[in-house]
Amino acid sequence: MTKAMTPVAAPAPEKQKLRLARYQDLALVPVIILLLIIGAILSPIFLTPNNLIAVLTQQSELSLLVLGQAMILIVGKMDLSLESTVGLAPALAVALIIPSTAGGLDVGFAAWLALPLCLLIGVAIGGLNGFLILKVGLSGFMVTLGMLTLLRGLQLAITEGKSLIDVPESFLYLGSTTWLGLPAAVWICVVCYAAGIFVLKYLRAGRSLYAIGGNSEAARAAGIRVDRVVWTVLIIGSVLAVIAGILMTGRLGSVAATQGEGMIFQVFAAAVIGGISLQGGKGTLFGALSGVLMLGLVEQILRLQGVSGFYIKASYGAVIILALIVTRFATGQKQE
Amino acid sequence: MNEYAAVARGVTKRFGRTLALDDVGIKIRAGESHALVGRNGAGKSTLVSILTGMQTPDAGEVSFFGEPAPPVADSSAWRRHVACVYQKSTVVPELSVAENLFINRQDLGGGLISWKKLRAEASSLLETYDVAVNPESLVSTLTVEQRQLVEIARALSIGSRFVILDEPTAQLDGPAIERLFDRMRSLQDKGVTFLFISHHLQEVYEVCQTVTVYRDARHIVTAPVAEMSKPDLIEAMTGEAGGLNVPSGDDRPSSAEEVLTVSALSGDHFSDISLSARKGEVIGLAGSASSGKHEFAETVYGLRKPSLGTISVNGSVVRGGDVPAALKAGIGCVPRDRHHQGLVLDLSIAENATMSTAGAFVWPSAQRSAGSTAIASYDVKAAGPDQPVSDLSGGNQQKVVMARALAGDPSVLVLINPTAGVDVKSKESLLGVVDAQARRGKAAIVVSDELDDLRVCDRVLVLFHGRVVREFARGWRDQELIAAIEGMSSE
Repeated sequence: MTKAMTPVAAPAPEKQKLRLARYQDLALVPVIILLLIIGAILSPIFLTPNNLIAVLTQQSELSLLVLGQAMILIVGKMDLSLESTVGLAPALAVALIIPSTAGGLDVGFAAWLALPLCLLIGVAIGGLNGFLILKVGLSGFMVTLGMLTLLRGLQLAITEGKSLIDVPESFLYLGSTTWLGLPAAVWICVVCYAAGIFVLKYLRAGRSLYAIGGNSEAARAAGIRVDRVVWTVLIIGSVLAVIAGILMTGRLGSVAATQGEGMIFQVFAAAVIGGISLQGGKGTLFGALSGVLMLGLVEQILRLQGVSGFYIKASYGAVIILALIVTRFATGQKQE
Repeated sequence: MNEYAAVARGVTKRFGRTLALDDVGIKIRAGESHALVGRNGAGKSTLVSILTGMQTPDAGEVSFFGEPAPPVADSSAWRRHVACVYQKSTVVPELSVAENLFINRQDLGGGLISWKKLRAEASSLLETYDVAVNPESLVSTLTVEQRQLVEIARALSIGSRFVILDEPTAQLDGPAIERLFDRMRSLQDKGVTFLFISHHLQEVYEVCQTVTVYRDARHIVTAPVAEMSKPDLIEAMTGEAGGLNVPSGDDRPSSAEEVLTVSALSGDHFSDISLSARKGEVIGLAGSASSGKHEFAETVYGLRKPSLGTISVNGSVVRGGDVPAALKAGIGCVPRDRHHQGLVLDLSIAENATMSTAGAFVWPSAQRSAGSTAIASYDVKAAGPDQPVSDLSGGNQQKVVMARALAGDPSVLVLINPTAGVDVKSKESLLGVVDAQARRGKAAIVVSDELDDLRVCDRVLVLFHGRVVREFARGWRDQELIAAIEGMSSE
């Protein structure tokens, strides 16, 4: 009879909480719908397929970075160097192929090697970050901050600050072609996100990301190989950044010296707006994706409204802070 | 001076739809040590947070020495009335002892901080309360015992004469507990009042004069300790007659088949320990906090690397320092500290319970049903398998850790402090699980300081400075065992 108290009193509020938790993922969906309505009211072309495809294409590269960063954040780390990887990996891969007259390194690898080389560079960068953080035991924030500058500097040194224009055809294909009426870039993002969402929900390896980010000691005691998983996630993050770089190169037709510069800020913004905790262990990839879409829609609305170039940067910053505020109240959770 | 150091009257507090305190009161006489006991979820923590001004009650009033309590916003006024030493540390680890003692008043009223003066003040304060700690050392280098003493000294230096000790003995070993009690008694002689919270009823009898029991958010009884027998006290806590009902397991069938063999194992803080456990055998490991018993158990489970020696299960050697290998070999473990190593608090019961055993694919429905099975088999009080473990009380969290350890149906169980910080009922149910598993043919190692935990064991090994010094068969006497744990020789 004394036991009656606890079990009877507890379930009602718990159930409600659980139901809310299940829909937390969808918290930004109403906001996205609202943005579509606002966009449609402000501009007649907003809801046309071309405009929406343009939004998706523009966001495809960012979304891949967010996918990588979101997994890295869930596991309780962060990687600031992703934006430099976006530029360096394609630049280095291309430079290893083209002759010095075109700005290359005169190594003369075969043109078909461009893509594999580029991916390999991504694996190497993620692997090196992981080595320094996990094996040497350095601060992840500082290592990747150092890497951010180092990789950007390397790219400038290799290309002498110039854009590489003579890019092999195979390298441009993915970023410029369309499949079934949609840019390949969008398909690649859809596939990557679908795979990521599946892995993080249905695979033991994916669930271990949450366990490690939530309490790495407990994860270790439960038999999860913490270092191995974190290292793998860092490498996957870098490879996703490389893919974003390949798509960007293809879309623009060249590797700019500043490719990817400044993206990391938007990456963090989209992840946090999408409900990924900077403390680790919380958030979903679907949430992160909706954060990316939300930012993309707001940007496009501003662009179509013809906000002056001088103000666009300030307005992006303001939009991100505004989006954080909206998200704070839409999800009812404090962001840490 | 008023007769009562602290009085709470008609206090009610709700969290959402859960009633945490239902019209309760407490009167703590000045100069006494007053025990507050109750099962997990009885409302003790809520009362502490109301008595310390961390939370406002929905109804009711609190007064200190006859004065009504200050408004919640005025935290410095609260600190002059009451101080609390929580289980979790409230000192800043990377600052010196001196700075922690005078935190947020480092300038001693002068505007600029004089480090020299601060150190001098700290030394004299520590001296006043007879705390042998260097004021310049960092708090992170102190032992739990020293850290608690610093917190008590700080509380008293602010002017508070009423100190709440929230499970202060949970992380201390035997001699340190005795020293804490001596100090409580001498401070009490100087007029300090204590509210003492503990799950160890024996301690209540040792150090307190009055005891208050809460159960299910209600006040049950307040009485002089001398007038409450232990069975009465347990009855008041559980609402059921009879004392702690721990299975002694002396009728467990024994078997000759050896499951776990540890030979000449050495590692962090222990050396050259050999033992073998047969099917259905439960072996207790006792010893002080520095005896190396935790390190030994963690090495068996692969959380630490051995420096020498081997561990084998059912005849095959297990790779040392490799948890997945230990799990695969059939060793399950309840780690030392459920918050630190046992659970991922934000994840669900189902996910925590299946963390060690999930296959490559995790189907949510299968996981949920495994969670429901765990809830049913281990008597976890929860709304359902999807509930995050952070919502559960300590005893129920510990049951989830136990469920995880048993999820892969291991043949060897390593249980480190399996009933730490859980209430009487949960303790009964957890020890019942150990007994039942042994009856099913598992071998178990129980590492604990609590005599109740060791009573379920077939034999108890006592470690001292990393070596096995004594072995007790079933039927040991408390005094004998305690003496061996403290390193005193007894005949």
